Amino acid sequence: MPVTVKTFQAVSEAASALSSDRAARYLGGGTLVMRDLNEGDVSIATVIRATDRTLQSIDVAGARIRIGAGVTFARVLAERDLAFLHPAARSIGGPAVRNMGTVGGNLFAPAPFGDFTVALLVLDGMVALQGGFGVRDMPIEEFLQSRDRQAGALVVAVSCIRPASADAFRYRKIARIKPKGGSVITLAAHLPQSGGRVTGARIALGSMAPTAVRAKAAERALEGRPLDASAISAAAAAAAEGTAPADNSLASAWYRREVVGVHLRRLLSGQES
Amino acid sequence: MLELRKDIFADERDDNLNEIGKGTQRQDMLGHVTGTSTYFNDHRLQGMLHLRVVRSTQPHARLRRIDTSEAERSEGVRRIIRGSDVPRNLNTLLSLINFGKDDEPTLAIDKVRYKGEPIVAVIADTPRAAAEAAAKVRVDYETLPAVFDVEEALKPGAPVVNETYPKNTFTYHDRYDHQKLRFGDVERGFAGADHVLEQRYQMSPIEHAPVETNGAIAAPDTNGRYVVYTSTQALFFSLDTCAKILDLPSNTFHFIGGTVGGGFGGKVDTLTEPLAILAAMLTGRPVRYVLGREEEMQFGPPRGAERIYIKDGVMRDGRIVARQIRAYFDSGAYTRLSSYAVVKCAAHLPGPYTIPNVHGDIYCVFTNRTPATAMRGFGITGMDFALECQMDKLAHLIGMDPMEFRILNAYRDGDMKAHRREAKNTALIECVQVAAEKAKWPIRDEFRRMSSRKDGGGVRAAVPSTPREPAQPRSAPAQQRTSYDRGLSAPSQPEPPPPPPTSPAPSPAHGATRFSSVFGTRRR
Amino acid sequence: MAKTPLQFRHNGRDVALFVDGGTNLLVVLREMISDVTPKFGCGQGGCGACTVLIDGDALLACLTLAEAVEGRAVETLDGIKTGPNLHPLQRAFAEGFAAQCGYCTPGMLMAAKALLDKIPQPSREQVVEAISGNICRCTGYEPIINAVLAAAASLRASA
Repeated sequence: MPVTVKTFQAVSEAASALSSDRAARYLGGGTLVMRDLNEGDVSIATVIRATDRTLQSIDVAGARIRIGAGVTFARVLAERDLAFLHPAARSIGGPAVRNMGTVGGNLFAPAPFGDFTVALLVLDGMVALQGGFGVRDMPIEEFLQSRDRQAGALVVAVSCIRPASADAFRYRKIARIKPKGGSVITLAAHLPQSGGRVTGARIALGSMAPTAVRAKAAERALEGRPLDASAISAAAAAAAEGTAPADNSLASAWYRREVVGVHLRRLLSGQES
Repeated sequence: MLELRKDIFADERDDNLNEIGKGTQRQDMLGHVTGTSTYFNDHRLQGMLHLRVVRSTQPHARLRRIDTSEAERSEGVRRIIRGSDVPRNLNTLLSLINFGKDDEPTLAIDKVRYKGEPIVAVIADTPRAAAEAAAKVRVDYETLPAVFDVEEALKPGAPVVNETYPKNTFTYHDRYDHQKLRFGDVERGFAGADHVLEQRYQMSPIEHAPVETNGAIAAPDTNGRYVVYTSTQALFFSLDTCAKILDLPSNTFHFIGGTVGGGFGGKVDTLTEPLAILAAMLTGRPVRYVLGREEEMQFGPPRGAERIYIKDGVMRDGRIVARQIRAYFDSGAYTRLSSYAVVKCAAHLPGPYTIPNVHGDIYCVFTNRTPATAMRGFGITGMDFALECQMDKLAHLIGMDPMEFRILNAYRDGDMKAHRREAKNTALIECVQVAAEKAKWPIRDEFRRMSSRKDGGGVRAAVPSTPREPAQPRSAPAQQRTSYDRGLSAPSQPEPPPPPPTSPAPSPAHGATRFSSVFGTRRR
Repeated sequence: MAKTPLQFRHNGRDVALFVDGGTNLLVVLREMISDVTPKFGCGQGGCGACTVLIDGDALLACLTLAEAVEGRAVETLDGIKTGPNLHPLQRAFAEGFAAQCGYCTPGMLMAAKALLDKIPQPSREQVVEAISGNICRCTGYEPIINAVLAAAASLRASA
């Protein structure tokens, strides 16, 4: 049977269609769902789309920045107010993938993809989910942990805070291919400082587990300390704690565990990768 | 930029040629930049069906049962092909030149030997219908112990990967389990050396990753023949392979190809044509069989893995006096072309150096990995990587400049090579000199003055006395037949005549075109 | 079985057809309207061989659901010549040996055109970035990058 495509105007209708059909997948930019269809994934019988303009909105007026789930990385890059997210957006795919791939879809991208989500994870990222009972917000971390069970919920937007200062937020994707390739490890850190000490340290890693994860042991190593050599060393030593990387064609799990501390040290101390 | 150094190679080329040495436009360039070059998959045929293969999920397993009943009833399905539908379901590529035994089925029947091995082909109206039906094929596996490492595969008690070769090694000249090279006496060389260095090298499989995946479209023609559009790099080789597998005269097929979207050796294995043609024969319709990218990566053959041990004896003055090499080529589950890679490798030893004592043992080993095939200089590339790493280590060991060390040991015109051919037209010394010059790497005057054309031959032209090894006991059960064998010829003669026959091999029984030599496949 | 009507502009001409659900734009172009200039390389967004322009932006045809181009303008390599005259990018690729097997060439040219349409005089880094999603396995990227820069120079000279 060919796939059935259902296009809705309102996200609420798309969400209810999605939640009522186990074989339905929501199509955002196409880089995940079309890929699966092209590979012959017959578990997808229905494709749901929504044309709702709210999915395309970017709201930078409030305390939290809100980005519609359907916003592409190319649009993030065109938005001057989102400059702090440009390194993360630019690290994804080539121009064509950035013209297609969306902020919402990135939440569902399996390792070694999903780089943008790594950045959101350290910026107190939240996911706005449209369910049967309206829209509810969920921390990205919680969303990622239950991602496999979120199939019936429709992501309508993500939101995050602005970095405390330009220097407080750092992002880096380690790839073997220049100018860009798939992620060996993706790292993001948000390190607000007060009185010369790090407060509210957030470090996140991509390709170190099935989803982006926080490196909580490394965060604890920095918390309340000046960002000096000894704190950085302690964080680097703890970087692999709690991670579960996989072997893939880009790197082995062993290699990722070995080098994650090296790259975290470089990121935190401002060295080139 | 191509540059012919006339100061070095004065007599190498006439300067008055009209075409050679001059830039010229490719004849296919206009087609390429306008997108009108026709690749196999650019043909659209009326009523074309789509073929999808159900592949093994296991690296090594007995197939207890293959149930296609639900798939056959699936919407849009025209035909399911099983191994028993393939006229000659056992082949080896180089059988066309009588090299090796048929060891690989087109569709597995009672055993699978690598993950991704084809088991059943589904032909349906659309790719989606084929995918849905393929998902309904039930394969009942009894998993078997698998072996993924060449040295593990040679240990006693290792799982037998491919019953055609029960020792997990290819059989050369009906009796040898590897290729040997013997020149001089390495043991004596090591005994007299100032230093001996033994190292292990390893190379992983490398996927060609052509941007165009392997594929073919086959269609009944108007005259009872079949037209086949294919991505093959070896058109007539593929045609003859199909003739053999489908047990038909080769003029049954009209192969059209030549415009290939990247090959590098990965499109010589005739992976898709036999099933596409068989499907066209069984349905009477055009059939397309094109690999997806994941199939290309998992099932498409790579350059094989290699493990190499090199032991060298070197003098303080820089001369290498003995080189012993043991190498294992990972052929994967079937032979394809690795047997030939091993022959090439043995002929390449000990690299472009004049060494008086050389000893080589090169094995073609079967493991439960994707069968390996040709790729740009296969048989040589991995060995050269190991040899040149070793050269750097040796130079470091004796405190000599690595460039000068290579110049000192380089072969020269008139030298005797280890496989007993005189070296001619050598140019390694000049290459190293020019490389050093371009890299602004200082080398001493005496090395800058050395030449490939000077100081060769003489004592360096002699074949050293080479100790004879006791004859190997005949390996009695070389043809231990099992239930997995399909269509093998009669067991080998009890007493094959000793060493390598260079006389012409008998014509293949199926009447396919013969190639002139094993080296007929080298223009990849 | 239900098919969806679809209309879009293809290289300046209107096309209308019916598609099966889930069909991607690459299949529509290659198999339904016989424009085989975009190529299938991976179906995953990894190679760029199917790059086309949709309303001027470079997109991957294999990952674009056919319905998503309803009412939009699709441009492929088949549409970039002017009559019999090659586009400056095509000329520069031919003269600079920027195609070998030719399979990545259509996608490469469209990615380059998307760049030059927006940034007529790009830096080398911008060219590298523009083709960073397009894989070439035989030519090598240097002649391709040089050809794009040469095309930009010839556009400047003729402007």
